[in-house]
Amino acid sequence: MANANPERVILDGEIVDNTWVRFDADQLEADGLPDGGAVIVPLAYWKAHRDTLLERNDPVGVCLEPGEEPADLAEDLPRLSLVAVHFPAFKDGRGYSYARELRTRYRFEGEVRAVGDVLQDQLFYLHRVGFNAFEVRADRDIEEALENGLRPFTVTYQGDVHDPRPIYQRRPA
Amino acid sequence: MYVYQDYDQRLLEERVAQYRDQTRRYLAGQLSEDEFLALRLQNGLYIQRYAPMLRISVPYGMLSSAQLRTLGGITRDYDKGFAHVSTRQNIQLNWPQVEEVPDILAELAKVQMHAIQTSGNCIRNITTDEYAGVNPHEVEDPRPWCEIIRQWSTFNPEFAYLPRKFKIAVNAVPDADPAVIGVHDIGVQVVHGDDGETGFQVWAGGGLGRTPMTGALIGEFVPWRHLLAYLEAILRVYNKYGNRDNKYKARIKILVKALGPERFRELTEAEFAELKDGSMTLTEDEVARIRECFTAPAYRDGQDTGAVDRALDENRAFNRWYHTNTRAHKHDGYRAVTVSLKKTGRIPGDISDEQFEKLADLADRFSFGEVRNTHQQNMVLADVAKDDLFALWKELDALGFATPNLGLLTDIVACPGGDLCALANAKSVPVAEGIQRRFDDIDYVHDLGPLDINISGCMNACGHHHIGHIGILGVDKKGKEFYQITLGGRGDKVSRIGEKMGPSFESHEVTDVIEKIINTYVDRRLENEPFIDTYERIGMDPFKESVYG
Repeated sequence: MANANPERVILDGEIVDNTWVRFDADQLEADGLPDGGAVIVPLAYWKAHRDTLLERNDPVGVCLEPGEEPADLAEDLPRLSLVAVHFPAFKDGRGYSYARELRTRYRFEGEVRAVGDVLQDQLFYLHRVGFNAFEVRADRDIEEALENGLRPFTVTYQGDVHDPRPIYQRRPA
Repeated sequence: MYVYQDYDQRLLEERVAQYRDQTRRYLAGQLSEDEFLALRLQNGLYIQRYAPMLRISVPYGMLSSAQLRTLGGITRDYDKGFAHVSTRQNIQLNWPQVEEVPDILAELAKVQMHAIQTSGNCIRNITTDEYAGVNPHEVEDPRPWCEIIRQWSTFNPEFAYLPRKFKIAVNAVPDADPAVIGVHDIGVQVVHGDDGETGFQVWAGGGLGRTPMTGALIGEFVPWRHLLAYLEAILRVYNKYGNRDNKYKARIKILVKALGPERFRELTEAEFAELKDGSMTLTEDEVARIRECFTAPAYRDGQDTGAVDRALDENRAFNRWYHTNTRAHKHDGYRAVTVSLKKTGRIPGDISDEQFEKLADLADRFSFGEVRNTHQQNMVLADVAKDDLFALWKELDALGFATPNLGLLTDIVACPGGDLCALANAKSVPVAEGIQRRFDDIDYVHDLGPLDINISGCMNACGHHHIGHIGILGVDKKGKEFYQITLGGRGDKVSRIGEKMGPSFESHEVTDVIEKIINTYVDRRLENEPFIDTYERIGMDPFKESVYG
């Protein structure tokens, strides 16, 4: 599934055309950057080619792998339109903390996109920790994921990035 | 007990619907085995040796009589009539069908029960002292804090896919460790500061399993308002830096050890600095609301205990049970009664459908309709008036619940073992029974005094063998069942990991080995010296010599 860029993604609760192209290090080494268009590149590539990427005048996103924390990107965030977090396997939960830090520590307001092994049954939690975009795995039904995955619960005990208050502070007194 | 609000109930109902849909998609082939595995585990469902095992959550061990009756019904309708009290105060069913689990969850939800996060790599059931709230030694009732942690951890979106399982226990007794917090991923010790304000010592990095160790003190005094922020800080450090390449190195204990407690504390404090005083800060109103759920029941004062005092004088069996299976209570004139699930010949911790229902009746009659599960696989009626004790004892005795062996050699803790569990290397239940049958003289068992024997069928350590005074671990040697013995573990005043004796034994040898260990103790003990004290005084060698010499 690596870098099969999907035609459609879930963005802010709707299915939309995917306007971004994500590249991995091998592709970039082989073919270089495309002339135009919004691109998502690995963290190391961003660090090495920051100026070139910014000169293109097209939106740039960086993809974090597990082990690459938002702290590694903190100073660059104002110049990025998107941060993707890669889930090589849905059970690797580090990306949940990364998204939360992007939103609550670094106040990143751009798109935070979950890519990789992204499935219906994790969307609700992913959304609560700060992801607003999802590349649902290609062999799964994106409509069903949106319909049933994003809001299985109306009740949440803890606060989250959308409303930091715990349930007892959200209730009318 | 915690009283459900409408939203707590709605959450359970939404959970049942979600899990029903996940099961449907799995059975229809729309979810792979691996995808469903993570989902069903977060719901306590294991695929076991003969059938699935469903672990039902019992938050900090508290059960109402209505919940007991439902458990009885489910055990009868969906299982073979027996359930099992686990060492983390939960209830396990060993024969449900995968397709029927959503229906079981719907039944449970009607009495405010569920199986949320009873397995999987997430925050598990919060456990505590089974005498919480009535223990005269506690600084305060720990259960409101357990409930506050329960709500924070339930469906916490950031911590559902941790490197490994995560267990939190809370203790409020100053100089003992009845919740074995020393061997939990996080142990929370409730303390009172100089000004009398509640705060917490927070320990991290304890655990049993393959690499047993006790935790390190990370938070020396966390003020009550900041409890959740502090726990969240620890969890975030663990979620980001815990090992994910090797499941045997993935528990937080390995991380704390690798970084060292100092470095781990620095990382935690850095996260905490950001979370502190934020929206997770607990409010006085909310803590008061939760505490209201755990207030003392309407105790009767001015009892006439003449009859019970006479029975204590005249009835030796009742007297023995009173001194062994009941204990002091915060409120004058009341006792906490342990219902023994350790009668010889039955599986430790097992309870039948009918027994659930009868126990529910006894709870209603004698203990304000509540029961607790203990991590030693017994149950507790925590609030029994002294003048009711004789009547209660007769009822318990008739049900086989009055074996006067609490804390003694035959009160053995054992996991289900190779008879049921797919993870086990060896059986544990027949080993327990063999020992119980060898030591069938109750006078002798009383003479031996306090003695914890814990048996696990594999190194996942569900039988907590590391903290048994005598621990027995089932191991596999070329397809044969062997047993490794440890001595000197503790899960009483302190949590301590036992020491291995030496080469392991075949199953038919185990009972003889235990007898040799006991004989050595009897030869060497000082007057009134319990086993563990003798062991700590004379060390491993004399025991080793008696067994291998």
